[in-house]
Amino acid sequence: MSADFEGNDKDAVVTQQVLDVIDSYGFKKEGAYNLRLNGLAVCHGDSRHIKIVPKEDRQGIDIYISGEAKEEQVHIPVVMTEEGVDIVYNDFYIEDGADVTIIAGCGIHGEGCSETRHDGIHAFHVGKNANVKYIENHYAQGNGSGKKTLNPVTKIYVGENSVFTLETTQISGVDCTERENYIELADNAKLFVTEKLMTDEEQSAVSNMDIELNGTNSSARIVSRSVGKGNSKQVFHPRAIGNNRCHAHVQCDSIIMDQAEISSIPEINAKHVDAQIVHEAAIGRINDEQLVKLRTFGMSEEEAEAVIIENFLN
Amino acid sequence: MLQAEHLSYNITEEGRQSEILTDVSFTVEDGEMLVITGPNGGGKSTLAKLLMGINEATGGKIILDGQDITSYTIDKRAQAGMGFAFQQPPRFKGMTVKRLLSLAAGRELDDTTCCELLSSVGLCAKEYINREADATLSGGEMKRIEIATVLAKDHKICVFDEPEAGIDLWSFSMLIKRFEQIHKEKKQSLILISHQERIIRMADRIMVIGDGKVEAVGTADEIVPILFGKKPESCGCRIQKGGELYER
Repeated sequence: MSADFEGNDKDAVVTQQVLDVIDSYGFKKEGAYNLRLNGLAVCHGDSRHIKIVPKEDRQGIDIYISGEAKEEQVHIPVVMTEEGVDIVYNDFYIEDGADVTIIAGCGIHGEGCSETRHDGIHAFHVGKNANVKYIENHYAQGNGSGKKTLNPVTKIYVGENSVFTLETTQISGVDCTERENYIELADNAKLFVTEKLMTDEEQSAVSNMDIELNGTNSSARIVSRSVGKGNSKQVFHPRAIGNNRCHAHVQCDSIIMDQAEISSIPEINAKHVDAQIVHEAAIGRINDEQLVKLRTFGMSEEEAEAVIIENFLN
Repeated sequence: MLQAEHLSYNITEEGRQSEILTDVSFTVEDGEMLVITGPNGGGKSTLAKLLMGINEATGGKIILDGQDITSYTIDKRAQAGMGFAFQQPPRFKGMTVKRLLSLAAGRELDDTTCCELLSSVGLCAKEYINREADATLSGGEMKRIEIATVLAKDHKICVFDEPEAGIDLWSFSMLIKRFEQIHKEKKQSLILISHQERIIRMADRIMVIGDGKVEAVGTADEIVPILFGKKPESCGCRIQKGGELYER
C-alpha cells in the first residue's frame, strides 16, 4: 500500500490505515478525488466529467458532476490524526443523467486527551434522470482519551426520475455522533437508505432523518440496522412525510446487548390521500435459537454471536 | 456408535418437578437409521435436544464412539461429529443462504456446491443462494434450508427433528431419496424423529416414545403393525420396562 501523503512516515502509514477502512472502494490518486487531512486539502484531482473546486468563502469544496459521467467514482475522504475541530462544507452539483458513486467518510486516529471532531456538512443537488450512490463510512481508532466525534449533516435534493442510494456505516471507535439527514424527493424520484451502526462502551449516537416525499410517485426505502453494546446509547428518528402520491417504507432493527440503551422512533406523516407509508421497528437481544443453531455448526457462543452481528450489519 | 444410557430429564415448574424423560436407553450403530416416533408431547424432541446438548440431561450418559460426551457443550458435540436439524429453524436477518450453508459446512462453499445441496432438498437453487435466510422465506423453504445445513457436512451421526414438517409432497419425496442415499452409503448414522409412515418404514429400527418412556423398540416389520393398528400381541418387538429390554 503506498503511503505518500504529506507528513512524516508514521503519519502517512496511519493515514493510509484509516483510509483503507473508510474508503471501501480503495482510495487512489486517480480520477476525481480530494483528501482532507487535519483540516487541509492535501491532494485533489479532477476527471474529465467531475471537477472539484475549493470554496473561497469557507472550508470545503464544490463538486461538479457532468451529465456525461457514467459509472464514475469520486473519492472525498477525510482523515484526522490531530486533535481539534474541523468543520467542512461540501456541495455536490449533479447534472441530469449522471451516473456516479461518491465515496466519502471520515476516519479519526486519536492519541491525545483533547477532542477530535469533524462536522461534514454536505448538500447534494441532483438533477433529473440521474443515478447517485453515496457511501459514507465513519470510523475512529487510537488510544487517546480525547473524545472522537463525528457530526455529519447531509441534505439531499433528488430531481425527477432520479435514484439516490445512501449507505452509511459506523461500526467502530466513534465516541459521539449526531447525524442529521434531510432529503427531498421530486416526481418519480427514488431513495434507498441503508444505515449500519454499532456502538460500544460509553459511546452515543443520534440519527435524525427527515424525508419529504414531495413528488408524484416518489418512493423511499429506509433500512436501519444497529447493534448497541456496553453502556452505549443510540437514538433513531427517521421521519417520512408523504406530501403527494408516494410510497415509503421505514425499517429499524436493533440488537441490544449488555447495558446498552436504544430508542427507535420511526415517524410517518401523510399529507396526501394517496401517500402509502409503512414503518417497522424492532429492538431485541440476540435470539437464543440463532446462537444454538450456529453452535450446532461447531462454533463457540462468542463466535456465534460475532457471526450474527456481522451478518446483521452486513 | 451412539449409546444413550438411562437418560432422564426433569424440569421444575412452580415448585413442582415434572419428569419429561425417564430412564431412556438405546444405541445407534454406525450407519444405522433409527426412527423415533410416538405421540405428540411424549418427549421425542426433548430427547433429540438432550443428544445434541441443547438441553442438559438430569441423569444418564451419552457415549459417542466410546467417548462420554454427556458433559460436552453443543459446539463440542458438533466438533465430535454430531449434526442437528431443528423442527422449527431460526431465521437470520442479513445472512444469505449461501453464507449459512458455508458456516454449516465449516468452509466457504462455491455456488455449484450450494446449488447441489439446495437441489437435494427440493429448492430451485439459483433463486435461493443469495437470498437472506430471514422472514422473507416461507416456513417450508426455511425447513428445507435447515436440512441442507446438516447435509452440508459429513457427520458421524445426524439428528433430524421432524424433517417432514412443513414440506410439500414433491420436496418430501426428494428428501426421502436423500435419506435413502445417506443410509445406503452407511457413512453416517441417522436419527429421525418422525410421524411419517414412509420415513418409519425406511428405518433399520424404530423406537416408540410415549409419556417420556421408551414403549417399544424393533424393526419396521415389528413396530409398524403396532403403530398402524394391527395386533400388538403378534409382534415380537422388545418392550422396555424400567429401562430393561425384554422380549414380548
